[in-house]
Amino acid sequence: MRFLSRRLIHAVLVLFGVSILTFLFTSLAPGDYFDEMRLNPQIAPETVVALRAQYQLDRPLPVRYARWLNSVVHGDLGYSFSYNSPVGPLLWVRARNTLFLTVTATLLSWGLALPLGVWSAERLGGLPDSLISWMMAGLMAVPDLALALGLLLFAARSGWFPTGGLASLGFESLSPINELRDLTLHMFLPVAVLVLTALPLLVRHVRAAMAGVLHAPFLRAAQGHGIPRRRLLYRYALPAAANPLISLFGFSIGALLSGSLLVEVVMSWPGIGPLLVEAILSRDLYVVVGGVLLSTLFLVVGNFVADVFLYWADPRIRAGPVAK
Amino acid sequence: MQPLIQVEYLVKRYSSRGVLGSGEVVSALNEVSFSVAPGKTLALVGASGSGKSTLALCLACLERSTSGRIWFEGRDIAALDEKQLRAVRPQIQLVFQDPASSLNPRFTALEIVTEPLLVQRKWGTREMHERALALLERIGLSRGMASRRTGEFSGGQRQRLAIARALSLAPKLLILDEALSSLDCSVQAQIANLLLELQSSFVLTYLFITHDLAMAAHLGDEIAVMNRGRIVEQGVPEKVLGAPSHEATRGLVAATPGSIVTPRMPGGL
Repeated sequence: MRFLSRRLIHAVLVLFGVSILTFLFTSLAPGDYFDEMRLNPQIAPETVVALRAQYQLDRPLPVRYARWLNSVVHGDLGYSFSYNSPVGPLLWVRARNTLFLTVTATLLSWGLALPLGVWSAERLGGLPDSLISWMMAGLMAVPDLALALGLLLFAARSGWFPTGGLASLGFESLSPINELRDLTLHMFLPVAVLVLTALPLLVRHVRAAMAGVLHAPFLRAAQGHGIPRRRLLYRYALPAAANPLISLFGFSIGALLSGSLLVEVVMSWPGIGPLLVEAILSRDLYVVVGGVLLSTLFLVVGNFVADVFLYWADPRIRAGPVAK
Repeated sequence: MQPLIQVEYLVKRYSSRGVLGSGEVVSALNEVSFSVAPGKTLALVGASGSGKSTLALCLACLERSTSGRIWFEGRDIAALDEKQLRAVRPQIQLVFQDPASSLNPRFTALEIVTEPLLVQRKWGTREMHERALALLERIGLSRGMASRRTGEFSGGQRQRLAIARALSLAPKLLILDEALSSLDCSVQAQIANLLLELQSSFVLTYLFITHDLAMAAHLGDEIAVMNRGRIVEQGVPEKVLGAPSHEATRGLVAATPGSIVTPRMPGGL
């Protein structure tokens, strides 16, 4: 249990540090949201000054940070200038959509990578292994943006999939089954892009980790006891190879998330991706800070989930360090 | 007496396949033939790379031989498929050189010894645990150690554990592939004595693979010398090591300091 509580404290510290850094960096960048108004001859300079004072942009940095922390405690996470509302609720709606996308993609990509990698490692150097390796190398070489655009083109030409958004018009009036169908169709393209871009790395790691343990003497011994092949692979070899993979799992959540921001913008998925891009372009300070913090939170939670997994999967970690 | 295991013209070739088709072919075993009678020990000696470990893996059917026959209790096990082999595997067990890597580090001592029993599905949990605990005690680990993981044992204890695991399926043939080589002298002697004890109480047949001639002479009823994938000389220890006829044997004897052949005490221990 000490292992987990230590990790939890780490996570909170990381979030705290990231919040200070993003705050610092965004305020170091020149200009703010009201700079464009200054160029507008129809708005009096006094109005801009008054607006900046109203949003407290004229106060020193530590004061702004302290006020922002206070609003974090209240769940507001600051105030969005362009949406004219607190950032918190704005982000949560978008974050839900992003999470929906990435969690599905994470589960799907691991669900594919594990059997593919194990299969590949079992027939190391054989025809299926080479085939998978070449396919994965090919996939790795395609940039995600090209993949996304290619799939969009395919969807537009064939008309089989909607080319953007999360739901059709009149989604509320559909029956539950049709709602599910509509959602699946909308999700198909972005999830496909995320899975296809994440897959090569995962398959390679699973293959390498499995190949490393498959020739371990203890597996040979287990085989010598007459343990069936499938059980040997999934009950003996996979757990032995699992530790680096579990850490990779935490990392893959973070990687999928940052990949998802791009895919969301290209496929107009209403997640935090498009919101964040807009906010950066218009210098909507608190939305940017909130978005960055949220991404960090996802990453940290992903790693924490991996740690919990590790704790659960490896009896040696549970037992604590061994005195020798 | 009919031999427990009889090997005839066993050949194992490895082909290193390059990127562009065929590479070179290495003959690890070259028409190896020998037999071991039930309850006896054949000590197999030879320099590194002479094919001893390949032979061990082939006999345990963990590597498939290229050609030749392995008669085990009157059946040619080299010709069996994986499914038929599953019934034979418990009869032939292997103890590896490095107990640190041959034991699953995630398992406790008890789990390691019960693991082979689980596969057979003949016993209930309670009975399996009883059998495993009895076996642990037999090979010299106390019941209190049963819940420890392999990382918490010493090298000698780990090798005892590996032997207990191999014995849990009540095998007839035990292949000890350099099983003593990674242990220090006093522990080697303890384990060697344990092996002799176990042999007489369970009527085990040993194939004892080693590069230690003194140990081979101590444990083996016969010694076979391997060189470049062939058995070049075979006979009782006194004859093979006392008056070696093959160059490879002379080389091995010359490389060992002191006198090797110490007659085995009557009655085992």
